[in-house]
Amino acid sequence: MSVVNLVSFEDALASYDPVMGLEVHVELGTATKMFCGCSTALGAEPNSQVCPTCLGMPGALPVVNAAAVESAVRIGLALNCEIAEWCRFARKNYFYPDMPKNFQTSQYDEPIAFDGHLDVEVDGEVFRVDIERAHMEEDTGKSSHIGGATGRIHGAEYSLLDYNRAGIPLIEIVTKPITGAGAKAPEVAKAYVAELRELIRALGVSEARMEMGQMRCDVNLSLRPIGQEKFGTRSETKNVNSLRSVERAARFEIQRHAAVLSEGGTIVQETRHFHEDEGTTTSGRVKEEAEDYRYFPEPDLVPVAPARDWVEELRASLPELPRLRRRRLQQEWGLSDKDMQSVLNAGAIEPILETVAAGAPADQARKWWMGELARRANESGTDLTAQPITPAQVARICALVAEGSLNDKLARQVIEGVLNGEGGPDEVVAARGLAVVSDDSALGTAVDEAIAANPGVADKVRSGKVAAAGALVGAVMKATRGQADAARVKELVLERLGVEG
Amino acid sequence: MPGITREEVAHLARLSRLELKDEELDHFAEQLDVIIGAVARVSEVAGQDVPPTSHPLPLTNVMRADEVRPSLTPAEALAGAPASEEQRFRVPQILGED
Repeated sequence: MSVVNLVSFEDALASYDPVMGLEVHVELGTATKMFCGCSTALGAEPNSQVCPTCLGMPGALPVVNAAAVESAVRIGLALNCEIAEWCRFARKNYFYPDMPKNFQTSQYDEPIAFDGHLDVEVDGEVFRVDIERAHMEEDTGKSSHIGGATGRIHGAEYSLLDYNRAGIPLIEIVTKPITGAGAKAPEVAKAYVAELRELIRALGVSEARMEMGQMRCDVNLSLRPIGQEKFGTRSETKNVNSLRSVERAARFEIQRHAAVLSEGGTIVQETRHFHEDEGTTTSGRVKEEAEDYRYFPEPDLVPVAPARDWVEELRASLPELPRLRRRRLQQEWGLSDKDMQSVLNAGAIEPILETVAAGAPADQARKWWMGELARRANESGTDLTAQPITPAQVARICALVAEGSLNDKLARQVIEGVLNGEGGPDEVVAARGLAVVSDDSALGTAVDEAIAANPGVADKVRSGKVAAAGALVGAVMKATRGQADAARVKELVLERLGVEG
Repeated sequence: MPGITREEVAHLARLSRLELKDEELDHFAEQLDVIIGAVARVSEVAGQDVPPTSHPLPLTNVMRADEVRPSLTPAEALAGAPASEEQRFRVPQILGED
């Protein structure tokens, strides 16, 4: 691999202004493919979800999936787009075996949605990303390249094709050139993809799991000398498949372009591959011109003409936008920007909401999800919500704490029990014998023993240093293995020593 | 002016990953030119008032419900494949070393 020259990010930004274009492909979560009734379920045996239509056999005719069109319109509306009154599919012709038809059915000059925008936030600042278009198309098959050293297409002896994925509905969302982001360009790119992912999930049209390839991003990037109006030549980094990678790919390309340009070189318009492990890109193929795809209207599919009243119905039923929802929740929960960001980063919004819905106060729900449960998820390297505890169970634990049956220490043991598969909170409490001891006669003995064992501390308290009582409370808590009601213990200590609390 | 030039045929051949000899290029360019010339006569007949037609039927919104229908079995799907391996279609080398 040839060594790529880079200049520092700061130096690159001192001389050049980055312009980005982001293309995001989202696999819709429909039950069937875009143009045939084959299942889209994951994990099926190779070539077990294919039919004459998605295999491109002669005479097979495609029919559009109504649910996919509805999803496309809803995505368009959520992105503040115009919805086409009438639009067609087009054949994108190319010779590559990932589509058995030798073309991909896509949309060309008549996308179903166009001219929208999505607002994203970077460091509390709202940045508007303009949307050029969102169009319908289909996914390609999956190739494995056999032979050769790297498992990559270069040098492979032959390739094997599984067409289960060929024909799964895709929505491609294309931004207008994103200008004016300057040094924040990589962060804006990441924030945009993150916001889009939240939006897609809120709409319920896809799980948009990037690690599963359900959402993939191409990062187009060019630099122009600061002050110049005309855009530079762009590179297109394909299939950047995590939020972190989107940011890294943009950053890397800014540094690479700047190095080439500052030495008087020219950028080649080409596709580039992103390498997760190193955070670098390498040259792919030289980009074919659009006309090489010889797009023409798909004669086998009639035009799609979304009725205006239907579009308005869909618009009226859109969910609250993720960014506005987050802002509302932040206010309701009374959190600082920083705390809200932590909740967001931990993926805790939904579990907290569900815990609140199950009857817990928001602050308590947040405390357990962001405290004990986030800590455990972090330690075991699992997702917060992948842990075997339900929001209803967390709400039950909150309730037990609120009524005084558990204190925080015991509650943590209950959580541990639930995560260990010992049953629900009440079962763990019963099985482990976890309950706050607030019975005065039982506590009285422990308090008397603590006072007897710490005469010096007891004297301090008697002389009016109420704060010193903490040591005695601690001793009682230790003696009762944390099961005592600490507030009641303090009352008893002060009472015994004849001090007003 | 011909409907398609020899250079355009060479370009298409490259996109299609087809290696054509010089005499094949001449031969196909001539043949394709005849075909394109024949098809082009349609536009001589169609006046300014006839828009390009992509669909002969005045239909829109022909759609199906999102309901799974049976697929082929892998054996049926692969029955016509020139080569298969690991229940997948086997295709020749796609790109060379470069």
